[in-house]
Amino acid sequence: MLSEGAQRTLPETATADRRNHRQRLETLRAFVLGAGFPILLILIWDRAVAITGTRLIPSPYQVAVMMYDFTFGGVYDDAFSGTILTHIFKSMQRVYGGFLLAAAIGIPLGLMIGRIKVLRQLLDPTISLLRPIPVTAWLPLSMIFFGLGPNAAIFLVFLGAFYPILLNTIFGVRSIDPRLFEAASMLGCSGAGMFRQIVLPASLPAIFSGLRIAHGFAWILIVVGEMTGVPTGLGSVVMDGRTLSRTDLVITGMIVIGACGFVTDRIIVAISNRLLSWSPQHRE
Amino acid sequence: MSEAAAQDILTIRGVTKRFAVGDGELEALAPVDLSIPTGEFVCMIGASGCGKSTLLRIVAGFEEPTTGNVAMYGKAITGPGSDRGMVFQDYALFPWMTVRENISFGPRQRQLPREEIAKTADEFVRMVGLERFADRYPNQLSGGMKQRVAIARVLANDASILLMDEPFGALDALTREQLQNELLQIWKRTGVTTIFVTHSVEEAVLLADRVLVMSAGPGRIDSDFRIDLPRPRDVSSPEFNALRRDIARRLTSHLTLARA
Repeated sequence: MLSEGAQRTLPETATADRRNHRQRLETLRAFVLGAGFPILLILIWDRAVAITGTRLIPSPYQVAVMMYDFTFGGVYDDAFSGTILTHIFKSMQRVYGGFLLAAAIGIPLGLMIGRIKVLRQLLDPTISLLRPIPVTAWLPLSMIFFGLGPNAAIFLVFLGAFYPILLNTIFGVRSIDPRLFEAASMLGCSGAGMFRQIVLPASLPAIFSGLRIAHGFAWILIVVGEMTGVPTGLGSVVMDGRTLSRTDLVITGMIVIGACGFVTDRIIVAISNRLLSWSPQHRE
Repeated sequence: MSEAAAQDILTIRGVTKRFAVGDGELEALAPVDLSIPTGEFVCMIGASGCGKSTLLRIVAGFEEPTTGNVAMYGKAITGPGSDRGMVFQDYALFPWMTVRENISFGPRQRQLPREEIAKTADEFVRMVGLERFADRYPNQLSGGMKQRVAIARVLANDASILLMDEPFGALDALTREQLQNELLQIWKRTGVTTIFVTHSVEEAVLLADRVLVMSAGPGRIDSDFRIDLPRPRDVSSPEFNALRRDIARRLTSHLTLARA
């Protein structure tokens, strides 16, 4: 009896092993290629600095030292040493304050504009008028509204994140197959139930692509937002580095912003893969 | 006579439908009168543009008739309702719900107790033979399986009229034949009144108690065939073929007429 069981499972485990092996090789290749290209860029950067002998651009090594000092301190021991977590924390507060506010207003508003014709007629022209205005053009006004401080930064991030979320949500609702509404109503669904059970889940793929675009904008805008005279935050580190002509600090700030955006984007992708497992075209 | 009228589940009186097309109007349905007794299996057949789908959508409550009225057991139909369920050609399943969730959607709307909803879902998953696929999403199913889910979704909602708009049109011949048999089994077991739109004469003669041939320009019911062949029907029997020939002749007579 035991040998019979073993005989049956043996070939199965063998093919499973081979499949796992192939999968591991594929993952390894993706990692080598994905990590290899930035390493190549750093090498080119290092050689270019060495050959031209420029003093305006630091070498990768100098930036690495700055990054170490920014993270742990103990090299330069200046105002920036060992302060990385404070800056990341402050910037994240502003990025996610603005981003979540944009999502909290953009998604419900988008669902309603997409579904309710009167609301669409009322708001569509205004949205089309306001949308092309660059967020940076709002900078002076936002400083008047919110003064010098974090609220102006949050407002700018909010503005930048709001339109992609709103427009993608509207698009998502507008492209729902009308048959689904007919099917739901013949099965006894109506009113608020229709919003919760049909409109929201059916437009979720579009909403998530809006959230991803908006999230990218939010990190881009943090530098602009933190130009408005806040003392901490990754954007202000970059601006301070410029003022002090410390290019190593500027590049360090840039790398940290990139890394933060990358990691949080992966988190959004993981959430959307989980929620959208039913939809084949939205898996990555 | 009056007793027979009382048994009619559906009465259609003087129903017409006009659509606005550009500046003009398209007359999709000329006045249609029709009574359907409870439990009957009716096939509507006709060339495209004969208004058969429009008539079906009016019965479903998705479209309003321009004039006339449709009543179920004497009560006027004013919109979509759970007493009538439609099975669409392109399935229209909710892609974010599993097979079981799709089937239990109707019962869930009525806020029945949880155990009762689960029991109904299990019962209808079993009825269409999808026990092994109950937790799959629609995009992981074949066309035939999707259409089984769509039928179960309507029946689980206790619909007394099953409306089917060319439901097997997108399926391959083998799956289509299998589903036709399964539909007949289900119809026999549940006694649900069925209105089935098709453009296959063979399908109509195989399934129906009664075949309505519709003609276009504007759409109307041209002839009403009663199919009294015993089931299961033999598609190669002379009687079957005689009926098929008669109905096909009615159909093509309009096609040549329309072209002339």
